[in-house]
Amino acid sequence: MNSSTSSQSQTAPHDAHAHEGSVKSYLTGFVLAAILTVIPFWLVMGHPIDSRGWTIFLILALAVVQIFVHIVYFLHLDMRSEGGWNMMAFVFTAILVIIVLGASIWVMWTENKLMMPMAEHGQNMHMSMPDK
Amino acid sequence: MNTTVANTVPTAPTDFYCVQEPPAHNGTLVGFWIYLMSDCFIFASLFVSYAVLGTNYAGGPTGAEILDLNGLAVSTALLLVSSVVFGFAMLAMQKRNKGAMLGWLAVAGILAAVFLSLEVREFLHMIAEGAGPDRSAFLSAFFTLVGTHGLHVTVGCLWLIVLMVQLARFGINDANVRRLQCLSMFWHFLDLIWVGVFSYVYLVGVLL
Repeated sequence: MNSSTSSQSQTAPHDAHAHEGSVKSYLTGFVLAAILTVIPFWLVMGHPIDSRGWTIFLILALAVVQIFVHIVYFLHLDMRSEGGWNMMAFVFTAILVIIVLGASIWVMWTENKLMMPMAEHGQNMHMSMPDK
Repeated sequence: MNTTVANTVPTAPTDFYCVQEPPAHNGTLVGFWIYLMSDCFIFASLFVSYAVLGTNYAGGPTGAEILDLNGLAVSTALLLVSSVVFGFAMLAMQKRNKGAMLGWLAVAGILAAVFLSLEVREFLHMIAEGAGPDRSAFLSAFFTLVGTHGLHVTVGCLWLIVLMVQLARFGINDANVRRLQCLSMFWHFLDLIWVGVFSYVYLVGVLL
């Protein structure tokens, strides 16, 4: 598809541009990303698995794998990029994002589960207001 | 323990801070990467609000009723191919091939523009059906998250146009290389966020 660049796909990193990749890395990333995209679409549209919970789990697991494929093959993040600073910032962000996502969802789901169903006529909210 | 013995030259404190100079030659790329990481937090908080509010339909339409998976498949393919094509533009830049570079950038931009037009059409269609962002908490969270991603892609397209003009007028100089490296990261980053959007908002949203 790319006649001008695929003829010489070695592209030795002559200067310090390790994060710019090669035709091979982009095409590898593209094929992996396409496979990891088609599978979750098939899981939803083809209904191969009866269990809804397992389908959701597989979709999210494949999404996490695909995010790492993008980071490695498209963003070219490795320990060497920008002297390790990018990796450090990424690991820090990933930890915080996991905490924000995981903890928020955990808290809200638990709260929904533990909350008493609201009574028909409310909980006498107006009576808890301070008398003036 | 015995570090105080013969401690004329204290060397231990240097372990606690950076003794090397930061990478000054490409400090912009580190800075832009840190911006992208902060953008991650914006999207993470929007994903959280969708995760928390995503099933509060308020008697309105559910995800399974309004989300169009065929259109989603086309959008996803457009953005993924656009990301790879932008990578080819960066490879053309390594070879100092300005013509090929402008060509690849134009293809990447057109693919992103088609993606945006599909998204706008989907939004207008949903609003016309009474499933706008004011209908339920689910739809508010949906429009905020997907719309924020769409805004990013829109800004990316404007940025791409500006840099293509710069490139055509001034060629592949150091400043343009630096700018295009930043835009390249931005472009791939938006495709990465879209993986989360199509997986969680659409595919899981249809199942909930």
